[in-house]
Amino acid sequence: MPDQNAVEIADLSFAYDETREVLSGINLVIPRGKVVAIMGGSGCGKTTLLRLIGGALRATKGAVRVFGQDVSRLNADELFDMRRRMSMLFQFGALFTDMSTFDNVAFQMREHTKLPEPLIRDLVLMKLHAVGLRGAEGLMPSELSGGMARRVALARAIALDPELMMYDEPFAGLDPISLGVIGQLIRTLNDALGATSIVVTHDVQESLKIVDYIYFVSEGRIIAEGTAADVKASKAPFVHQFVWGEADGPVPFHYPAAEYGSALLDVRPR
Amino acid sequence: MTRVLALVTDLGSRVTAMIWRAGFAARFFWATLRHSGTAFRRFHLTVRELYFAGVLSLIIIVVSGLFVGMVLGLQGYDTLARYGSSESLGVLVALSLVRELGPVVAALLFASRAGSAITAEIGLMKATEQLDAMEMMAVDPVARVVAPRFWGGVLSMPLLAALFSAMGIFGGYLVGVVLIGVDVGQFWSQMQAAVDFREDVVNGVIKSVVFGIAVTGIAVFEGYDAPPTAEGVSRATTRTVVTSSLAVLALDFVLTAFMFRGI
Amino acid sequence: MMKRSTLDLWVGVFVAIGFGALLFLSLKVANLTSLDASDVYKVKARFDNIGGLKVRAPVKSAGVVVGRISDIRFMTDTYEAEVVMSIDTRYPFPRDTSAKILTSGLLGDQYVGLQAGGDTVNLKTGETLKLTQSAIVLESLIGQFLYSKAAEGPEKSEKK
Repeated sequence: MPDQNAVEIADLSFAYDETREVLSGINLVIPRGKVVAIMGGSGCGKTTLLRLIGGALRATKGAVRVFGQDVSRLNADELFDMRRRMSMLFQFGALFTDMSTFDNVAFQMREHTKLPEPLIRDLVLMKLHAVGLRGAEGLMPSELSGGMARRVALARAIALDPELMMYDEPFAGLDPISLGVIGQLIRTLNDALGATSIVVTHDVQESLKIVDYIYFVSEGRIIAEGTAADVKASKAPFVHQFVWGEADGPVPFHYPAAEYGSALLDVRPR
Repeated sequence: MTRVLALVTDLGSRVTAMIWRAGFAARFFWATLRHSGTAFRRFHLTVRELYFAGVLSLIIIVVSGLFVGMVLGLQGYDTLARYGSSESLGVLVALSLVRELGPVVAALLFASRAGSAITAEIGLMKATEQLDAMEMMAVDPVARVVAPRFWGGVLSMPLLAALFSAMGIFGGYLVGVVLIGVDVGQFWSQMQAAVDFREDVVNGVIKSVVFGIAVTGIAVFEGYDAPPTAEGVSRATTRTVVTSSLAVLALDFVLTAFMFRGI
Repeated sequence: MMKRSTLDLWVGVFVAIGFGALLFLSLKVANLTSLDASDVYKVKARFDNIGGLKVRAPVKSAGVVVGRISDIRFMTDTYEAEVVMSIDTRYPFPRDTSAKILTSGLLGDQYVGLQAGGDTVNLKTGETLKLTQSAIVLESLIGQFLYSKAAEGPEKSEKK
């Protein structure tokens, strides 16, 4: 029975230890076939959310359902089967530095399938061609630029045609051309594979071009959501500050400190 | 009073943390053994690690062995000649190396060269999220990354120890017979009479295998457990060398007590 | 990342020289002979005192190693020590061979020395040697010496 939603998160809370709750009462839904962005400032819990969906972390409260299954209830074998249907692009690529580009992309095929080498070779070249790096197959990760490394990691992530793609800050640290390339690839690959994509980012401009729906996370809660058009037109203070990059707003400019005037006039020796 | 209390509490929490860590290390070691199937079924993974741990340590082992043997020859002759037993030089050199110096010094050198490299490599893979990526691709990093490195180290260790001893004996021969002039026949024949295969050579090999398990086990654990930052990895590397060196020396005492007590 | 074939080659070389070193240590440095294998026959001998004789100590005749001690037992019926020796089948010994416990050097390890007799019939597996001489225990030797010196003393003074 195919679900309408690839991912459903209901009343999710998570804390690493007793001192600080990273996520509280998160409710969100990722429909199949859509590209959804999760945005927020640094340290608001976005990456933690991805790890919870991937089953790397277990929720302290609430449920994370992927393809209809509760991720925290899966045993090791079921979790591995689940992970074969999803794929993650890590922030700086996380390519295996001890093997070539070709071997990196071929990794999952060699580990999980018994395909013969000639077939693997063709598949690898196809995936690399999709991201435009077929000519770089013999290079080592250390010889690739940041943008190229990220594209190779993308080729590696789509190696087994996953149903769910997760992107952890795919736009971080890239030049404008690479930004455009990655953004385009995320959208076209999603549509071509018929997959669902979750993009965790704080790059507003690029993501607004390609995503269908956006969730805003701040201090562990979802404070806004909507389509790209809704968000651009939103008058909510946090969203407005975030989208238009304003220095001061609900997220304050000044770190908490004593009153300015008295601090300057304070002649007490330190 | 509060200062003392704070110190005691601090000590207590440190000891507790150490015990937790030791427990985690033991479970990790057990997990490595359980997941070793891949390391042997896809033996080329282990072969690759044999190269990085064993072959690349060859130069330091061979050269050090030679020098240690030569020094043994010099010092040994000096002392033995005083008691008129300089023909027993072969015995001294061979027994010292095969029983003790071969396994122990080779293990210490292995810890600093290969052990630290393994820790740094695994730690770096953790810091650059390569291990997480592997997990997300439904490949168990313990089976794919840790176990081959563990077995590569364990299999290299006895070979390196034997090479160290062999080079050392050759070095002792060079200094004793060729340079100083001890009788070549006495050198080898007394050695052959005194060195027993089961008691000395086999025990030496057993020691080197135990040391290999200890050193490589500590190396892979420290790498896997390292905080994923540059500073964390470098501290883990230092800890590997220190901890495995101490472990080797402590185990050496325990093993020697068991093995050579009867003689 | 070097080619797999080169890597395999180097690892092969490494393992080969490693085993070569082990072989060198076993054969050239230690005295691993084929005596550990089969081709031995077992012979027993009883002693009043075996001194410091240990299992795997050599059995020599005319100074040449012909076998090894394989077992040492205590006989509760006669309160003697029984030593089982594994002798190489290449060296048959006559039935009236005698066994002595000797020391190599002055204070070295002890071993069993066999002195062949004149019997025409040879020892068979499992047979027991009839003639044995126990180990010389240093304390008894010193005691004997002191006693004989003491006995000599009064004799000398008598002669005066």
